[in-house]
Amino acid sequence: MSGGLRSQLVPFARRPIASLGLVVLVCIVAAAVLAPLIAPYDPSRIEPIARLQPPNAAHWFGTDQFGRDIFSRVVYGSRLALLIGVGVVSFALITGVPAGVLSALFPRFGRVMMRVIDVLMAFPALLLALSLIVILGRGVSNAILAIGVVYLTTTSRITYGLALRLRTETYVEAANSMGAGAVWTIRKHILPNLISPLLVQASFVFAFAQLSAASLDFLGLGAPPEIPSWGNMLAEGRIFITRAPWLLFFPGLSIAITAFSLNLVGDALRDRVDPRFREMLSGNRR
Amino acid sequence: MGSYALHRTASAVATLAAASVVIFFFMHLVPGDPLYVLLGDTATPDQVDALRAKFGLDQPIVVQYFRWLANVARGDFGTSIFFQAPVARVIRDGAETSILLASITMIWITLIGVPVGVIAAMRHGSWLDQSLSGVAMLLASIPTFWVGLYLILVFAAWLGWLPSSGYPSIFEQGGLANLHYLLLPSLTLAAPNAALILRLTRASMLDVAREDYVRTARAKGIRPMRVIFRHILRNALLAVVSAFGFTFAALISEAVVTETVFALPGIGQLVVQSILRRDYPVIQGIILVTVVLYLVVNLLVDLSYRFLDPRVELQ
Repeated sequence: MSGGLRSQLVPFARRPIASLGLVVLVCIVAAAVLAPLIAPYDPSRIEPIARLQPPNAAHWFGTDQFGRDIFSRVVYGSRLALLIGVGVVSFALITGVPAGVLSALFPRFGRVMMRVIDVLMAFPALLLALSLIVILGRGVSNAILAIGVVYLTTTSRITYGLALRLRTETYVEAANSMGAGAVWTIRKHILPNLISPLLVQASFVFAFAQLSAASLDFLGLGAPPEIPSWGNMLAEGRIFITRAPWLLFFPGLSIAITAFSLNLVGDALRDRVDPRFREMLSGNRR
Repeated sequence: MGSYALHRTASAVATLAAASVVIFFFMHLVPGDPLYVLLGDTATPDQVDALRAKFGLDQPIVVQYFRWLANVARGDFGTSIFFQAPVARVIRDGAETSILLASITMIWITLIGVPVGVIAAMRHGSWLDQSLSGVAMLLASIPTFWVGLYLILVFAAWLGWLPSSGYPSIFEQGGLANLHYLLLPSLTLAAPNAALILRLTRASMLDVAREDYVRTARAKGIRPMRVIFRHILRNALLAVVSAFGFTFAALISEAVVTETVFALPGIGQLVVQSILRRDYPVIQGIILVTVVLYLVVNLLVDLSYRFLDPRVELQ
């Protein structure tokens, strides 16, 4: 596995900016895990005397309209950002990969399944997520589910395309002609070859999940207001922007840096993917 | 070409039919009885039953679906609970702003994305190319509304050059003088999408540059600029045309947030307000309209793509 890991890291050695992206991601994970140690204040502690302070020695990123420390809230916000990212990526992979692989191997199932995906893809991404929120209600797990459904479509499409090509590879046909069953083909030939393209897809989905979640939070339809998410901070601070421009700066920057780093990493990993599969992994926002 | 167009249109209609079922059932999946939303919490069961019969909601679900479909086909999307007005009219009122916003944004995307992409491709590998590509990726990673809020701060609040929000209708206020209300929103909306078109133009130019006919053109001694514009760009733009389909979908999604930031009276803001007001018929109507629009745009993109590049049919 260490050989595998090392080969995954090769593209980063050649691209200093991409490795910067990787470093930033490690920092975000560290911030999320060590939040209570890093944050100087309780992120929800209200201190009316210290309202709307600009960045200073006591409050590095300033304070918000309730006198809460923005730096501490940004640090704690990384937790929700990771939770949303991991949740959406897991959902998209757990549902999208089986749907795509089975569709490629069983054409009759595939015709129906891909039609369903077509229908889901006819809904613009945010509208699809918003409609699901209307039905499910607001909340963190519902936001993950709603955004997850959006990216389940692209993930299953990509998996389908990849699996369809893999199925016609000579060695897979050879295995099949020697009597290999579907389970063997999936385990030995399809899944191992899907790992690196799907890793790329996962980093793009992780990035766009950040932006979608921020949009939902901003519209007041994402995480509940008591949770210090970066999107909620933007939504709440919005009306104070002329009085306290720094209020929105750091949460927005955190979202941008996270998404940017993930896109950089995805882009670097893409260069390692088999060139025949590369064009399917466009990394386009949906 | 003819059979392809027919096949592609049939497939779009089939997708629309399936989507219409999903959109219809959306109304039945929302929590709570819409009739109580309509009548208020103080309604008596008799009143609710009367209204249910009036709307035909006591009929079997399949009958309800086809009735709804027949009404929609006639342009009757139901009645808005909040406005107490036909949904079709409520949506039409928001359409002007949204269509104008989308059109201006498309102009920005094309004017910025394509030429800058060409420049990046021409200077392939240089620091200029790398920084342009880096900026493009950064723009695609920034939350649209965050950019919008800071544009409002700088250009509206600090400099006072442009209005921060709202949009007076051309038809009511007259003339195109109000278009400057859409300058900041359209730039906000254009940023991530122009970045996408930039990356796509660049990648597609580089792909085409490797084609045999480009080498032949160069070998014949055609001037480099002419090769770039006549041979490479013209073919590279095909891929860009095909990207306008999903760019349009991205625009719809991002317009929802952008219109909210700039308080524009468009369809995007309407859908958010309707969700907060639980005005389900309006939400349903907007979703249906955007899905139809999106499918039509994609159909046109696919058909024009085949028209522009006949080779595709052979594959």
